[in-house]
Parts: sequence; C-alpha cells; structure tokens
Amino acid sequence: MSDLSPWPTSGSLSATPRTGGPPQPANLADLLERVLDKGIVIAGDIRINLLDIELLTIKIRLLIASVDRAREMGIDWWEHDPSLSSGQRDLALENRRLRERLGELEAARTDAATEDGSRTGTERPARSAATRPKPTRSGTTGTSGTSASRRKGTAP
Amino acid sequence: MTRDAYTWLYAIASAADDRPDPGRLSGVAGERPRLLTSEGLAAVVGSVPPSDFDATALQQHLQDPAWLEAAVRAHHRVVDVLAQSSHALPLRFATLYHDDQRVLDLLQQHRRAFQAALERIAGRMEWGVKGYLDTAHRPPDEDADSTGTPSPGRPGTAYLLRRRAARDQAGRALDDAAERAGQIHRRLAEYADEATEHPLQSAEMTAVRDPMVLNGAYLVGRGRAQGFTDLLADLRQAHAPALRVELTGPWPPYSFVELPTTDGGR
Repeated sequence: MSDLSPWPTSGSLSATPRTGGPPQPANLADLLERVLDKGIVIAGDIRINLLDIELLTIKIRLLIASVDRAREMGIDWWEHDPSLSSGQRDLALENRRLRERLGELEAARTDAATEDGSRTGTERPARSAATRPKPTRSGTTGTSGTSASRRKGTAP
Repeated sequence: MTRDAYTWLYAIASAADDRPDPGRLSGVAGERPRLLTSEGLAAVVGSVPPSDFDATALQQHLQDPAWLEAAVRAHHRVVDVLAQSSHALPLRFATLYHDDQRVLDLLQQHRRAFQAALERIAGRMEWGVKGYLDTAHRPPDEDADSTGTPSPGRPGTAYLLRRRAARDQAGRALDDAAERAGQIHRRLAEYADEATEHPLQSAEMTAVRDPMVLNGAYLVGRGRAQGFTDLLADLRQAHAPALRVELTGPWPPYSFVELPTTDGGR
C-alpha cells in the first residue's frame, strides 16, 4: 500500500494525523458533517438506523445545528457592515440633535415676549437656526455668542 | 436484557488486505478495536459498555459537546488509519449492534454489496472543497461611496436608500459567488470519480462570517490527487477576488459510502 503515496501511509500506526502536504481535516464541523451522516446543518433529529438487523436507533439532537435555524444565509451579514452601522449611528445622533433643537425652539417661542434678560438662554438657538440651515456642532455656540454680543453692543 | 457490551462498528474492509492491527488504536470508549472476519470481509469493531452507549445514555452524551468531540475524533481516528492503509468502508458514527454475532450476520447477509462498495472506493480518497464569498475583498461599490456625501435635508430617506443599495449589492455579490461556486463544482466533479455536495454550513459552525457558497466532496484516486489539487489551485486563482476556496482532506470516503440497504424487510 505504501506505493499509494503521496500520503505517508501505513507502516506506522500512529494515531496522529498526517503532517505536511494538504491541510488537516481537523475542523470539528467538517468532521461531524462527514461522520454524522447527513450533516449538521439539518437541524432537528437525525436518525441513524442502518440495515435492519437489530441495532440501536439513536436520535441525535444536534446542539450545533440549533442556532442555524434562526437565520438564513446571507440575510444578516450586512447588518454588521461597518459603513452601514456607522450610518445608523449618525442617524440616531442627528435625530437626537433635531429633537433638542425643536425643544429649544419651542421654548424660545413661548418666551418670545421676554426682554433682554432671557436673551442668552433663548435667543441663541433661535438665531443660530435662522442663520444656519443645518445644525452643526461646535460652531453653533461660538457664532451665536458673537452675534449676540455684537447685537448687545449695537443695541439702542 | 442486560449485556456486557455492545458492538460498535468502525469500518468494513476486505479480509485479504494486510491491514494494520487495529488493536493498537484507541476507540470511542477507550477500548481496543478488533477484527471480526467472515468470508473475505473484516469488520473493525469495538466493545463499548452499555452504561455509556445504550440509547438513552448515548443521547445524553451527544448533548455534551466535549464528549461528542472526543468520541467523534476517536471514531474518525480509527477509521482514518484503516482507510489509509487498506481499503475500508468508513461507517458513520454510532453504528451500534447488540453483539458481535449481529455484525457477522450483517457481513454475511450483505457480502456482495459490501464487496461492491469496497471495489468502488478502492484506492480513492475524499477531498472536501469549500467556497466562501469573500466580503473582505469585495471590490468597493459606487453605492457605498454615497454614504460620505450628506444628503440635503432628508437623512432618513438617504439612509434607507443606502441600505437598499447595499442589500442589492450584497445580493448581486452572492449570486455571482454562487454562480462561480457552481462552475468550480462542475470542473472538480468532471475530474473526480464521484462528487457530491454537502449542505452549506452556517456561520455559527464555520466560525467564518462570510457566507458559504460551496461545500463539495470529491472522490479522487490517490494517483490523481496531485492533479486534483493543481486543478483546484487554478480554479482558486481564476475566482480569486470574489471567492475564497478552501481544501480539506484527504478524508476516508465517508461521503461516498452507500451502505447496502435491506433486502425488503423494514
């Protein structure tokens, strides 16, 4: 049989798998797939009853397969796509910012009649909303601050 | 009915072969496998204690991944050694008989079928080829670039559009990969003596997140193994950016052993 190489075969009966050459069939999933008949992908019970000379019938509930049912192949992988999940984060952030601004605007409207004293608290967001169509983070307070102070300076 | 031991069947070989002494191996229960011969056939069996291997005990054991792995590996080790050094039909895990006599009956009753099956796999080994859609090396798609440009005023719509584009793109990539997998399978199957496809494995099992698109098994004569791996290397290169191809084996021809079914009965 030794002429049947390329495998270093027979002779030594070492139970250790072959080394060198092709990759090892060490992966347990592969092993189970072959050794346990029709594979582990089929969730549920596998019945092993070969031939009908009396033998034990065993139902194997495959622990490994049970998770598989939940998802279909290829459906969920893009959910983990970094570009998309970051997009989702941006959206949440933007929504939150919009909600805050809406709250501030409404607060500003109710206080609209109030005079100079409340200016710093309420007018600032209102002004920034008027001057800038999109809410941008850090710049907002700075510009509104300067505009407010300018206004203060030029106020009659 | 209590018994001292059940008989676990590992493989069936031709008795004429000068096959290695299985007694030096260790079986699923740590036992020493032995040979049962009958009219030119030899069954490699082991005696396993009913306390661990009757239906209920075994079913419990099978829920235990550690036990299952150890036992499956032990089974495979015995089969693998036999399959390499002689012609042997590898039997599935947990092929159990009540005693040796049952196995001898089996050999006798299905002698022709076993010999035919041995003939069919003689000098051949099984190779496994798996293909994955390579998402890491997917060419950047133009749709994804639009994620950078802020859409004026309608972020929700833009997000949904982006998602749809990405989903469509992923679907196209998967279709393409499946198409390529089909091509690879056909080429390999042409080369091999026999071919079959296993069900695709899920990401939980493979620990690979990329979706699997090919899970083939190929029966190839030992002398042609080099040609097979060369062919695979060519195919791998041809489909390189889209598809990642992995080779496992050689295996005992587990996937190509059709055990003789009953003559009527059942």
